[in-house]
Amino acid sequence: MGLAEQTELEAKAKTKGLMEILKENVSEYFMFIALIVIMIYFSFTTDGAFISPRNISNLFNQVGYIAVLAVGMTLVIIIRHIDLSVGYLAGCMGAFAAIAMTRWGMSVWVVLPIVLILGVISSLVMASPIAKLGVPAFVSTMAAGLIFRGALLLATMGTGTIVIKDQVFNAIGNGFIPDIMKIPALGNRHILTLLIGAVAIVLNIFTSLRTRRAKIAYKFEVPSFGLFILQMLLMSVVIGYIAWVLSGYNGISWSLVLVILVVAVFQFITTKTPLGRHIYAVGGNPEAAELSGISVQKITFIVFGAMGFLSALSGVMYASRLQSATTTAGLGFETDAIAAAFVGGVSAAGGVGTIVGSIVGALVMMSLNSGMNLMGIDSSIQYIVRGAVLVLAVIFDRITRKNQ
Amino acid sequence: MENPILEMKSITKEFPGVKALDNVTFSVKKGEIHCLVGENGAGKSTLMKVLSGVHPYGSYTGEIFVEGELQKYNNIRDSENAGIAIIYQELALIPELTIYENIFLGNEISNGVVIDSNETILQSKEILKKVGLDINPETKIKTLGVGQQQLVEIAKALKKEVKILILDEPTAALNENDSENLLELIKELKQQGVTSILISHKLKEVLAIADTVTVLRDGKTVTTLDAKADLVNENVLIKNMVGREIDNIYPERHGIEIGEEVLHLENWRAFAPGLGREILKGLDMSIHEGEIVGIAGLMGSGRTELAKSIFGNPDHYRIEGDVYIRGVKQNFKNPHDAIKAQLAYVTEDRKGNGLVLIQDVKRNISLANLKEIAKSGVIDENEEIVIANRYRSDLNIKTPTIEQKVRNLSGGNQQKVSLGKWLFVNPGLLILDEPTRGIDVGAKYEIYQIMNELVAKGMSIIMISSELPEVLGMSDRIYVMSAGKFTGEMPVEEASQEKIMELAVDY
Repeated sequence: MGLAEQTELEAKAKTKGLMEILKENVSEYFMFIALIVIMIYFSFTTDGAFISPRNISNLFNQVGYIAVLAVGMTLVIIIRHIDLSVGYLAGCMGAFAAIAMTRWGMSVWVVLPIVLILGVISSLVMASPIAKLGVPAFVSTMAAGLIFRGALLLATMGTGTIVIKDQVFNAIGNGFIPDIMKIPALGNRHILTLLIGAVAIVLNIFTSLRTRRAKIAYKFEVPSFGLFILQMLLMSVVIGYIAWVLSGYNGISWSLVLVILVVAVFQFITTKTPLGRHIYAVGGNPEAAELSGISVQKITFIVFGAMGFLSALSGVMYASRLQSATTTAGLGFETDAIAAAFVGGVSAAGGVGTIVGSIVGALVMMSLNSGMNLMGIDSSIQYIVRGAVLVLAVIFDRITRKNQ
Repeated sequence: MENPILEMKSITKEFPGVKALDNVTFSVKKGEIHCLVGENGAGKSTLMKVLSGVHPYGSYTGEIFVEGELQKYNNIRDSENAGIAIIYQELALIPELTIYENIFLGNEISNGVVIDSNETILQSKEILKKVGLDINPETKIKTLGVGQQQLVEIAKALKKEVKILILDEPTAALNENDSENLLELIKELKQQGVTSILISHKLKEVLAIADTVTVLRDGKTVTTLDAKADLVNENVLIKNMVGREIDNIYPERHGIEIGEEVLHLENWRAFAPGLGREILKGLDMSIHEGEIVGIAGLMGSGRTELAKSIFGNPDHYRIEGDVYIRGVKQNFKNPHDAIKAQLAYVTEDRKGNGLVLIQDVKRNISLANLKEIAKSGVIDENEEIVIANRYRSDLNIKTPTIEQKVRNLSGGNQQKVSLGKWLFVNPGLLILDEPTRGIDVGAKYEIYQIMNELVAKGMSIIMISSELPEVLGMSDRIYVMSAGKFTGEMPVEEASQEKIMELAVDY
């Protein structure tokens, strides 16, 4: 489609302005803006150390195993439940993978799918009293957490930490995607990362344009063309900047690849498919959902199954990052995941929250962590700050929602 | 005439969009049993809530006098202190606590720090004696039957000096024996000087016990009668309860052919999960294409339970009996199965279980039929907008945009969204449960028109309604329900409000 055609289409489009869009989405954009403010603040206070390619790359890797948990936790909280077992399940699955590879000599390619499936099964078993008998998730998942913790201690008994030597496994948490070539003019930069960034920018523009055209064809309101261009420009700059920064270190890490994949899949499911709608409906009003032909029980199992899968993935990422399974793996992960979800705008009352929001929430919490570490702030103060940010975010969310 | 103990003068109470009480005057003599009767929604409960301070002074207009003194209650505690005790239909006891703990809940006897259990138990025994309940006060409430629980509730009210005891449908959940006991107790309390106000649907019971009866209708006092007078009988009460003329607010429909049978129930029984109480007691029913069948009956007669039991039984009753859809026997395991068989159920409680209030209009409309707008597993959101806009204009849903959250719409428009959602599944049989409750007259008329259009296209409609004029105005045929049974079935030509009311209070 040429430029002329686009111009012709634009002439027919019904448009809305910047203020309208901002007004409709104030609470969604707020955390994004908060994240940018936090990043800029730390960049200044740490003399740029925070924004250095190395630190950003580290940040993404650190956030990885919490981010995937936050994605699952978002769904769990949307359907009005909570999962306190995720940390221990992750630790347990990491230890299982370590034992399977080191003691039983199984191949990493066999171990990975088994661990993920085992995560799903454990979570489904844990969820059955919740889904079938209405046992509060708080109790059921706390009990399961204790059991997983015991299992982890049992598995690491005698040996203590189990060191993992498998190269492929350890690459998950520490490795980077390979490069295709070197371009001397760009110095040491990671070319494939830049290339992927470029492709992402083009893809984003392409799909956004297609969506816009469809909307115009339906005679729906769309942002004015100028605003659309601005939006595209902003997104392109963000993607381009991240790619540029990452290419300056080792490129995109496998952790980041996994996170992006998980986010993409779950964002797609929650926003584009009937299953996603059903999840939000069950969270918004379970009785109405049931009477609309949606099985609340089935949705509960699906969501907890997904949570189990992501917990196992998180455990693998963590064990891989440490290149070992430790007795304390997973400790407190659930708190971080729940905090990320709440900071990201998920409502404890159910039915409200987005995957992307929770990822931003996870980034906010991890940026605080990383930034304060670089500034040499004591961990006691760090806890207090993170607690304050969590409660402020939730209060803000509450107020903006009330005003709508 | 002796001075009244209670006088409520020109009480008017408005809720957004509804005048629940309109200049009501209500006067109770000292030491009498005064019954308050009226249809559902006549304003009985609201009046009692005004009296007990649930609706505080200032939220209504008018004046309340107790023993000649003007009362200004800000909450229930104020009215309790003034000697007014109210016992609601839903019991307010805590099952896991003992009888004596419940009786003194909120008024614990203590030395300032520690509760004096012995003294409490002793006093409880005294109070229990008053209500004729010979039982250990240390028994947990959950082990008592409903009748005994009711007595504990009254005992709780009597622990303070009670001048006026209000009972809201006290016998609704009781069996005959327990009911009789309770009524005897009320008479006995009368001997002890307690004035009682009793709200009841059971007119036989009212006539047996009342000294005076006041009838409310549409938020107004219709009349106050001496219950002991010869002329006062059930018919007189019923006439006063339903007394209004049917206005011409029901659009007519002509020449609709009644087609083949769509739904058929045979000896349909349902039992509550857990306790196993029989909720539906052997119902036979039949509905045809193009027909609107009204189901009349008072609240609690089992109408909603009937609808839910047919619609895939989401509350998991134990069910006996058969249901046939177009001659084929069905075994719905959940609402999903029922929807697949082209049934739709617009619930009575829009906010509770009908709509997802925090979601917008378009998502609510598409919810029950997402597969219709999904292409290879992906929802076509543009198509969704088109469909939502279609129902918005077809049903005249008044909303700024279809992106508006449903909780921001008025009751009538919420109901239309609910209707739109179910029309989108393209049902053959539509069950409407109180389709016009809490909706203004204009929206009502629109909903009636929509119903007429739907049956003209061959759809069948079951309409459950507490409003008799609506049942008479819209139905082709009427079933009357009472206590889980059909106590009558008749074509609309043979029906009258009096006849239906008589069957509805036939226990």
